[in-house]
Amino acid sequence: MKVLVPIKRVVDYNVKVRVKADQSGVDLANVKMAMNPFCEIAVEEAVRLKEKGVVTEIVAVTVGPKASQEQLRTAMALGADRSILVETDEQTQPLGVAKALKALVDKEQPDLVILGKQAIDDDNNQTGQMLAALAGMSQGTFASVVEVADGKVKVTREIDGGLQTVELTLPAVVTTDLRLNEPRYASLPNIMKAKKKPLETLSPADIGVDLTPRVKTIKVEPPAERQAGIKVASVEELVDKLKNEAKVIS
Amino acid sequence: MSVLVYAEHDNAALKGVTLSVVAAAKAIGGDITVLVAGEGCAAVAGEAAKIDGVSKVLLADNAAYGHQLAENIAALVAEVGKDYGHILAAATTTGKNFAPRAAALLDVGMISEIQSVESADTFKRPIYAGNAIATVQSSDSIKVITVRGTSFDAVAAEGGSASVESVDVAADAGLSSFVGEEIAKSDRPELAGAKIVISGGRGMQNGDNFEMLYKVADKLGAAVGASRAAVDAGFVPNDMQVGQTGKIVAPELYVAVGISGAIQHLAGMKDSKVIVAINKDEEAPIFQVADYGLVADLFEAVPELDSKL
Repeated sequence: MKVLVPIKRVVDYNVKVRVKADQSGVDLANVKMAMNPFCEIAVEEAVRLKEKGVVTEIVAVTVGPKASQEQLRTAMALGADRSILVETDEQTQPLGVAKALKALVDKEQPDLVILGKQAIDDDNNQTGQMLAALAGMSQGTFASVVEVADGKVKVTREIDGGLQTVELTLPAVVTTDLRLNEPRYASLPNIMKAKKKPLETLSPADIGVDLTPRVKTIKVEPPAERQAGIKVASVEELVDKLKNEAKVIS
Repeated sequence: MSVLVYAEHDNAALKGVTLSVVAAAKAIGGDITVLVAGEGCAAVAGEAAKIDGVSKVLLADNAAYGHQLAENIAALVAEVGKDYGHILAAATTTGKNFAPRAAALLDVGMISEIQSVESADTFKRPIYAGNAIATVQSSDSIKVITVRGTSFDAVAAEGGSASVESVDVAADAGLSSFVGEEIAKSDRPELAGAKIVISGGRGMQNGDNFEMLYKVADKLGAAVGASRAAVDAGFVPNDMQVGQTGKIVAPELYVAVGISGAIQHLAGMKDSKVIVAINKDEEAPIFQVADYGLVADLFEAVPELDSKL
């Protein structure tokens, strides 16, 4: 069976972003970029399914600027067989991306789409669910266990308060949570091999999709700074402060 | 203009976060309708009808909605919601699951985890793990929104007298089925709504040592949380995770024990009223946001704290 793995190029998770002085956004000049961590988990899950013999082909896809090719090459170094870039310099938003992915689903006819539950830049947590709606597919979001058997996929989901297990008909969309797996690192030989794997570039027009943003960002500000307080010398002093100064315990 | 609020509940009782979502709906303005979808959940509709400021309750009581499966709930919300200007849900795992699906069915964008209402079409929301706050404006005819519960003061649970109407658009999409669930049973309060939260990090060293935190929590009536590092290390289950990818909390008192204070963790707790940090590394970033910092070995400090409460 074929798996589609949509990924996103984002600011590396170790970078502490700064808001631009003109409040137009965060400063991305000369900032290290990487594959979104939840997308790495998605690629890893697809690769593991291939290693188990469940999956025969993995297609990594992304919607974004030309430089997103780097992240597609990374996905191929990790085990994706080929990749597709829908190239745009437009600010991508979940609904537009989901429409582009729907067009790729129509083209590729995967049995399973595995993608990250959220990108760590916009923190939206929407794209997988939107794709599932547009493609009329079932969805297993925030997955911590994925088992494919008998034409169905069983997904254990991280929910508030615990875990929920659902069974989905195929084709299905699965979004990954942190505990699904621990992604591997790409080996040097595999990085070299990935350079020769096919990478197809399409324009939004090629797939008939309009990526115009629906939500306009008016301004971006730094959050209210929290002032560091005081150091207490002992547990006794701490309890005293909490009782008599902060009055948060009695 | 009218606002549809999706009620969060477990078929037996309304969840408190719904009162915060209604508060966000009030800030937007207009008539407020609450949709209660579930199975055997008439009592929840009764509770929703009493919420201050709610003018109507719609009850969709059907087996297809019993487990809040996104495929069925999103179809219902898109059908019922098409006559509203705004559709609001809590930014819980339930809301995050169905709301984007409903938005896509309506062919509208969505705004996740708003923390304030600037006007009927303009909202503030955190991006980059809360390291930036974006003010965003929606141009869609229907605005589908999830609300960060901790950012809005709950409205009164009593005082309203809304009518309850049944809606009969039940449909099982037949795409998914419920297999089972494991819900952690605890006498302690829920993390997201607790007045006091005590959390442990990698410094706890193992799951057994969390017992120390449970003892302190029980004395304080507190919930117990954890950093992603403690979850990743397998000390405690993921539903205890506080942070960018876990739960967002804003209690009166947050006690961070053996937590260094990665930005992803701070994103989940820095709106707490009072923050206490106990860590043996005095350079730990958690001290930069703590009102009271104690540089100490947690294995001495926590038992001492326990004995002094």
